[in-house]
Amino acid sequence: MIEVQKIAKSFGAVQAVRDVSFSAPNGRITGLLGPNGAGKSTTLRVLYTAISPDTGKALIDGQDVALDRQAARRRIGALPHGAGLYQQLTARENIAYFAAMQGIAKNVRAQKVQNMIDLLEINDFADRRTKGFSQGQKTKVALARALVHEPQNVILDEPTNGLDVMATRSLRSIIRKLRDQGKCVLFSSHVMQEVAALCDEIVIIANGEVSISGTTEQIQQRTGCDDLEDAFVKAIGPAGAAA
Amino acid sequence: MRHILTVFLKEIRDNFRDRRTMMSALVFGPLFGPVMFAAIITLTLKQATGSAEKPLPLVLLGADNAPSLVAHLEQRDTDIERLELARDEAIEAVRAGDYDMVLIIPPSFGEQWANAEVARVELVMDTSDSDARRQGSRARGMINSYGSQIGSLRLVARGINPEITRPIAIDEIDTSTPSGRAGLVLGMLSYFLLFSMLMGGMYLAIDTTAGERERGSLEPLLTLPATRSALLIGKLAATCFFMALSLALSVTAFALVLGFIPLQQLGMSVNFGPQQVITAFLVTLPFALIGAALMTVVASFTKSFKEAQSYATFAILVPTLPIIVAGVMNVRPSLEWMTVPSMSQHLLILDLVKGEPLQPLFIAVSAGSSILLGIIMTLIAIFFYKRESLLM
Repeated sequence: MIEVQKIAKSFGAVQAVRDVSFSAPNGRITGLLGPNGAGKSTTLRVLYTAISPDTGKALIDGQDVALDRQAARRRIGALPHGAGLYQQLTARENIAYFAAMQGIAKNVRAQKVQNMIDLLEINDFADRRTKGFSQGQKTKVALARALVHEPQNVILDEPTNGLDVMATRSLRSIIRKLRDQGKCVLFSSHVMQEVAALCDEIVIIANGEVSISGTTEQIQQRTGCDDLEDAFVKAIGPAGAAA
Repeated sequence: MRHILTVFLKEIRDNFRDRRTMMSALVFGPLFGPVMFAAIITLTLKQATGSAEKPLPLVLLGADNAPSLVAHLEQRDTDIERLELARDEAIEAVRAGDYDMVLIIPPSFGEQWANAEVARVELVMDTSDSDARRQGSRARGMINSYGSQIGSLRLVARGINPEITRPIAIDEIDTSTPSGRAGLVLGMLSYFLLFSMLMGGMYLAIDTTAGERERGSLEPLLTLPATRSALLIGKLAATCFFMALSLALSVTAFALVLGFIPLQQLGMSVNFGPQQVITAFLVTLPFALIGAALMTVVASFTKSFKEAQSYATFAILVPTLPIIVAGVMNVRPSLEWMTVPSMSQHLLILDLVKGEPLQPLFIAVSAGSSILLGIIMTLIAIFFYKRESLLM
């Protein structure tokens, strides 16, 4: 369960996020949709504690992230945008490194790492050094690494960027699996079809503000558009479209 | 603590597989110093010993004008060539580099000599050429010695004791031991040791910030339930580990190379056995943390690995400044100087190769001050590692 309450964040003179509030419940896939530069990544960065908000609060499972970052991090599995791997280590070693950092006991670590390798179906290249991996292979390893401590909340920043059709489909099925396990999955995308195909809940962000949120049907109803794309364009308004 | 160890072990494994790190830590750093060193010293030795042994090549213009002077020069260790040119042509030939040096004896020499006036000769050379300068001073010495011989004879002929023209005599007593003279030449040793140690840690230090960021692995790393200080300390520890490795190899390589340099030819003896190798290692090692933290701080301001690399190269030069100061000001080891990192290591290593006993207090102060500055630099590095803009 992730809750965001009125967060704002500026970098110098640039106000990346003005006022964003939404909640992502357990057992649902919540999509953060918005044009490039709308403030999606900044919002997610606040959630996975890479940066602190200027104002507002982020709650993970009801607990304020700012009060105990370490505790929050144990409850989150984050896949930042363009996440990179250690090229000299094998996929398995990359995952095991994060498992150790997450404090998974040594006697069960190898098993947990193997579970992830099975879940993401990366057995074929698990023991190869990650140098030269395809984007799809890299994303899967990065995701396995982010999930190895079995977090309740999963945050994915544009995970399908640079993936081909097959890789995207396989990633979607993994995300659904996580949802079906009762996890809270929050992911961002600037591709509307992507969000429509996968999400139970949609939060549309434009210019650092939430312009509309709800299920696909609710959004179609409220904007008065049958087509989600039209609804999206209407929701973000002319300013968002320009960006 | 657990996090520090996990990061440390991962960095060691990662970098042992990275050819770039391994080359700079285990090949370039440790070998560059000793090889450069051997080359420079062998060249210096060759120049210093070589030219003194060879007969002085002496090109004479107007040799007929001073047969007795020429006869004197011929008896000395010279290799005389007679030249038939005009004076201006001879000067031009030296300027063009055809000759290192030409001694011109003008036609007026004979007459001046006979009248016991000051007889003039001209020595033409380019003093910006160190070879020519050395030849010039040898030639001057030979001519002067002939001149003072004749001067004495003239005084005796007039019934005067020639000693009267020599009111003062200087007797030089050289207190430098053979090893002490070696110290002059070996002043560069400490520089090369520090350099190879810093080289050994450079890639890791850069990788800690700029490298992780460029690879996109920094942000996932920072979302782990570990404090940023733990991450940074683990990485600094790994950096210091590679620096120590590089230093150990470098010291050993030096010990081997010094065995091949013919320092004995100059009457120098160098003490660089196993005990000195270990001492040099232990004396230099405390500087590692300063270097590691300094390079990490520098790299944390840069946008890419390449950029970080060029700035870190500057950072490597910083520790050499005190060494240059020590060389120029001829600093002697004292308790005050032991508080200056890199200067203190330099002075201690200099004493070590000279075979002089090291004072335990000096070693302790040197190590203590270096570690203290290292900790301060580490805190600064942590401060910068905690900034949000690290990610951007």
